[in-house]
Amino acid sequence: MRKAISQSVLYQALVVPLIQLFVFVAISLVVIGSVVLILAALFNRPVAGGMTLLQFVIRTLPQVAIDGLVIGFLYAMIALGYTMVYGVLQFINFAHSEIFMVGAFIGVELMLALAIPSTAPLMLIMAGILLAVAGGMIGSGLLAVVVERVAYRPLRGAPRLVPLISAIGVSFFLQDAVRAIEGLLNNAFYRNYPSFPVLNQQIPLASFTVAGQPVQMQIQAKVIFIIIASLVMLSGLNFVVNATRLGRAIRAVAQDRPTAALMGVDVDRIIMLTFLIGGALGGATGVLFGVRVGRIDPYVGFIPGIKAFTAAVLGGIGNITGAMLGGIVLGVLEGFAGAYLSQFTGGAFGAEYKDIFAFAILILILMFRPTGLLGEMVGQRA
Amino acid sequence: MIGAKAKVWIERVQNGRSLYLVGVLAYILAALLLMNWLNRPGLRDAVWYPLVSALAFAAFLGSLLLIYYAPLAGLVKGILGLSILLVLLPFLGVRNTFLLEVATQVGIFAAMALGLNIVVGFAGLLDLGYVAFYAVGAYLWAIFGSHQANIAFGTNRFPLEPEWFFLFLFLAVGVAAFTGILLGLPVLRLRGDYLAIVTLAFGEVIRVIVNNLDKPINLTNGPQGIRPVQRPPLFFKPWLNALGIRLDDPTLYALYFYFLVLVVIGFAIWLARRLENSWVGRAWTAIREDELAAQAMGIPLVRMKLAAFATGASFAGAMGMIFAAKQYFINPESFTFMESIGVLVMVIVGGMGSIPGAIVGATVVTILNLQILKGLSLMLNKLRQAGVVIPILNFPLSQWPTQLEPAKYERLVFGILLILMMILRPQGIIPERRHRMELAEALGREEAPELERLPAEEELPPVIPAPEVKPARD
Repeated sequence: MRKAISQSVLYQALVVPLIQLFVFVAISLVVIGSVVLILAALFNRPVAGGMTLLQFVIRTLPQVAIDGLVIGFLYAMIALGYTMVYGVLQFINFAHSEIFMVGAFIGVELMLALAIPSTAPLMLIMAGILLAVAGGMIGSGLLAVVVERVAYRPLRGAPRLVPLISAIGVSFFLQDAVRAIEGLLNNAFYRNYPSFPVLNQQIPLASFTVAGQPVQMQIQAKVIFIIIASLVMLSGLNFVVNATRLGRAIRAVAQDRPTAALMGVDVDRIIMLTFLIGGALGGATGVLFGVRVGRIDPYVGFIPGIKAFTAAVLGGIGNITGAMLGGIVLGVLEGFAGAYLSQFTGGAFGAEYKDIFAFAILILILMFRPTGLLGEMVGQRA
Repeated sequence: MIGAKAKVWIERVQNGRSLYLVGVLAYILAALLLMNWLNRPGLRDAVWYPLVSALAFAAFLGSLLLIYYAPLAGLVKGILGLSILLVLLPFLGVRNTFLLEVATQVGIFAAMALGLNIVVGFAGLLDLGYVAFYAVGAYLWAIFGSHQANIAFGTNRFPLEPEWFFLFLFLAVGVAAFTGILLGLPVLRLRGDYLAIVTLAFGEVIRVIVNNLDKPINLTNGPQGIRPVQRPPLFFKPWLNALGIRLDDPTLYALYFYFLVLVVIGFAIWLARRLENSWVGRAWTAIREDELAAQAMGIPLVRMKLAAFATGASFAGAMGMIFAAKQYFINPESFTFMESIGVLVMVIVGGMGSIPGAIVGATVVTILNLQILKGLSLMLNKLRQAGVVIPILNFPLSQWPTQLEPAKYERLVFGILLILMMILRPQGIIPERRHRMELAEALGREEAPELERLPAEEELPPVIPAPEVKPARD
């Protein structure tokens, strides 16, 4: 009997979230993809390269979808950091984007220190990146704990705006602190992740013809790596939150802090661990982000940070599943916007406006469904 | 001047507070002498010059604060303050236009801080995209006061003549306020921290739009920015010439913008003070303290919040326009998130909700930014060129990384300021009374609940204890 229950807990904590995640991916891809296709069919006209708009969209859709998904996974992982802290403290950890950035820097320094030759075998490269991810997780997690201890804990109980302003201060401080450190060490404020030809190669997934159009689907090796790494981490987080004592304590603190304290939960410790977990996820994401984009600088966290916050709000802030959904939806939307905006508007508005797209979603969601896609009604807690 | 001095003398005798007056006058004189000494030609190349001149200027402006707090009669304070702002500072500024430039910039930021103070301090709505309204004002004049409008609308009517500047000043106020309402309508129902992020997003949206609106129609000329922007007319030049004062145009413009900003900021202070003590201001305070209770008392939440947003935005709009005309050139770089945070830092350093606080905050942060950090960089460069070696560490400064230059680290300074202010003194340098009590209560710190003694109170005659009312015998 006991064994059956524990098995079912494991099932609940590991398999269900993964199924959920795949359902989210499928739904957002199908819905957003078909909207784009319908729009393309409605406004069909010849575009550059001797194709019509519809042909262009069909040909590029799978590729754009994959790229969008990768961004979506990254957003989802950053969004988890926001949403967990919001869950336990009802506080927007504005410095989370800088925790992410610090993770990216720790990762790049580790990678450069390891100095893996660019022609090394794949397994060695993978091991190197995993080591960098682990380093980023440890560094960022500890940093998040320190930040909480120094800049947030003394302000607990103050009016809402006070810790938020402090968090903005931390965010600015960290940006320039990293810049100062990098300036001191390397006299440059950006760093480049080492590039590996093995990771950059395109792996063909499938090629087929839709409506007379040859469609090529290929995926970069490092993208596969990023997707697998994020899946592992997302399910690991789900396991921690849903199937361990710690997770139960976190959920208890999020639901009702005073009662949790009365039931014997050490609230300060739980809040600290929440920051540790959120920070570690952020740091890991930072390294993966760095591997994907190559060059990082101390201001690299700002825009992904706002977008991830948007994702958290989109899914329903405080809700872990919601953050994943929000991240995926936002990433896919942004991928489509970045790829097709310029073609759809005849070049009048290009991919530069994709940031606006995300912010517009934020404003619309907050106007019409402030609880997010999956959020339940949250009371107006002051 | 002689009349003013005579009046000062008379007041001094009447008040019996001559000691204070002598002290204040001595301070002003000392600051003046210091500034005068720093103007000597040979000193400019000295290593310490940028830093010392910055500190001297700050000390000079500090005399205004000293006057504000000194227990003197209102008239004396007014005369002293105005003589510094209207006579002494321009006089120093004509000899060193950089001072006028800094003073004008301080004024622009002070007016913006006053505006943001209405939104953040009075109404308790954290606005992280305040610079958007500044950009609206700046681009309004930059587009119509340059050839840009010709390119955008295909006419050759533009640029408008300088005289249009004043009409557009009112227009900028209106347009910025309207933008504030437009932004506020959808988002003001949100709770405080959501509002902060949405306003941040809005600020970024404005910047991205301005950055990319060189197509399909070229309205803002994209990242290249707009140049030249029309300046207001130098209508007083003939008058000065008639008086026998001949100055070159750049100095005249610097003086002009200084006085223009002074007028606008005077109006802004007056308006903020009137608003603070009006029913609108009290409604804002009520909303800030407890939204539900305020609503229950019949305060129209959305309308009041919109009013706060629009008022704050209008200050920024006017200042943006003056900034555009002063700078002669604007591009999207001037309207980043950094600027919003800069103004927020001013409000927070000075004290949320406090009008003198906003001005002091703006002065401190602007001088820190424009003079002290840049001065430190200059010093560092000079030391580096001179090949100075740090004594104990035996570290030659020539090897100091070029990336580590103080002027590039304003974010670091802002960040530290924000964190320290929030942890150590959330009520700011010059706290507003109600804010201080509220914060002390929330953080469980012991603070005597007695009211802050305002300087004006000290002029009252000592309170004679009221005769004890004897309990009626029954």
